[in-house]
Amino acid sequence: MKGFWHDAVEFFPILMNGVALTIIVTIGSLLLSTVLGLIWAMMRVSGIKALSMLSASLINVIRGIPIIVLLFYLYFVMPDLGVTLSALQAAILGLGIAYSAYQAENFRAGIEAIDKGQIEAAQSIGMGWWLTMRRVVLPQAVRIVLPPYGNVMIMMLKDSSQASTITVAELALQGKLIASSTFKNTSVFTLVALMYLTMSIPLILLVRHFEKRAGKK
Amino acid sequence: MIELNDVHKSFGQNEVLKGITASVQKGEVVCIIGPSGSGKSTILRCINGLEGYDRGEISVEGLKVDRDAPSIVNIRTQVSMVFQRFNLFPHRTVLENVVEGPLFVKKEPRAQVLERGRALLAQVGLAEKADAHPPQLSGGQQQRVAIARALAMQPKAILFDEPTSALDPELVGDVLGVMRKLADDGMTMVVVTHEMGFARDVADRVLFIDGGVIVEQGPAKALLNQPQHPRTQDFLRRVLHPL
Repeated sequence: MKGFWHDAVEFFPILMNGVALTIIVTIGSLLLSTVLGLIWAMMRVSGIKALSMLSASLINVIRGIPIIVLLFYLYFVMPDLGVTLSALQAAILGLGIAYSAYQAENFRAGIEAIDKGQIEAAQSIGMGWWLTMRRVVLPQAVRIVLPPYGNVMIMMLKDSSQASTITVAELALQGKLIASSTFKNTSVFTLVALMYLTMSIPLILLVRHFEKRAGKK
Repeated sequence: MIELNDVHKSFGQNEVLKGITASVQKGEVVCIIGPSGSGKSTILRCINGLEGYDRGEISVEGLKVDRDAPSIVNIRTQVSMVFQRFNLFPHRTVLENVVEGPLFVKKEPRAQVLERGRALLAQVGLAEKADAHPPQLSGGQQQRVAIARALAMQPKAILFDEPTSALDPELVGDVLGVMRKLADDGMTMVVVTHEMGFARDVADRVLFIDGGVIVEQGPAKALLNQPQHPRTQDFLRRVLHPL
């Protein structure tokens, strides 16, 4: 135990560099997946058949490809096509795209849960599609969507570790590098696990808060 | 002001409107009565384009109702609607519900709209509820807010789709009272209702609809007191004397 504390003090600063990258990857891909997911969801519910089908196929293609393969593709294949991305850019882009499919399905479910009478009331005072979405549907859908959205945040935080496969030195890779050069596997990976857990707990509490609020109405 | 000419409408195989021809003059109060499933509500929903229709023509002040044309916004801002289940926006306050359309659709000046909104809430007897949220109100109060919301658009006519059917019996009177006052003030109204007392006292004309056609129409008192068609007689007997 004493050895662990000693190792912890020694490795903590290096692992914190990893934490910084983990947070950057998580927030970056969270923002990207939210924006893309909203676009896919809007296309799905637009009532325009071509848009809706395009979005449905996109979502299925994205869902059908493992995140790690998507990352490899962006990082190793795109340069052959003349697009060179940094490891960090590829990680954010890959995770953002991969998660946009889940975000889209979540958003769509939230939008479709809104009572049809709400949409008719909006139409009856002359609102068009976009105004109805912005003023009536989306503000109400947010409450429904938030708890699953929080869960996606937690999953993204943990899945950001997949960025290590394309050399982003985030927390997991930073830990692996230290462990393989010092052989202190137990200390290092315990520390890494605790650091992920520390970051997850506020998010878990946030989800609980969202769930309570959504349940209250 | 509102003209329907041989309007047909089907849901799949089921033809719900089989050639409706009717008109509503400016300042007139027309009640539509009939058994459930007869197509009464569908007529209202076609007039402001919530539903499309298959054949015939509907026009409002000479403008053809076509829910796929941009002009539908024009029609909807002139013909307001009050729904059976109120359909207030639960995430906005009562006052925000009332001013939503004038502010965001008609883009009228804010101060002016807010003042009008408060005046309308006072008119329906709910001035003190301006900052409450709809779920905190009783059904009768919510429906009066919905009427204020419809009035805030300064419409030329208001469509009422069974406005008291979802209310507890003791709350019906308040809503009908507000509607009666509107009628007295000369508002053009088309009301789908089961309230025969209201139809008799307030309506100028009554249409009896059954099976997607107008079976009988005429001045309210005459039609309700001396119905001519056997189906009208049968319907009224069952509504007025259910036992």
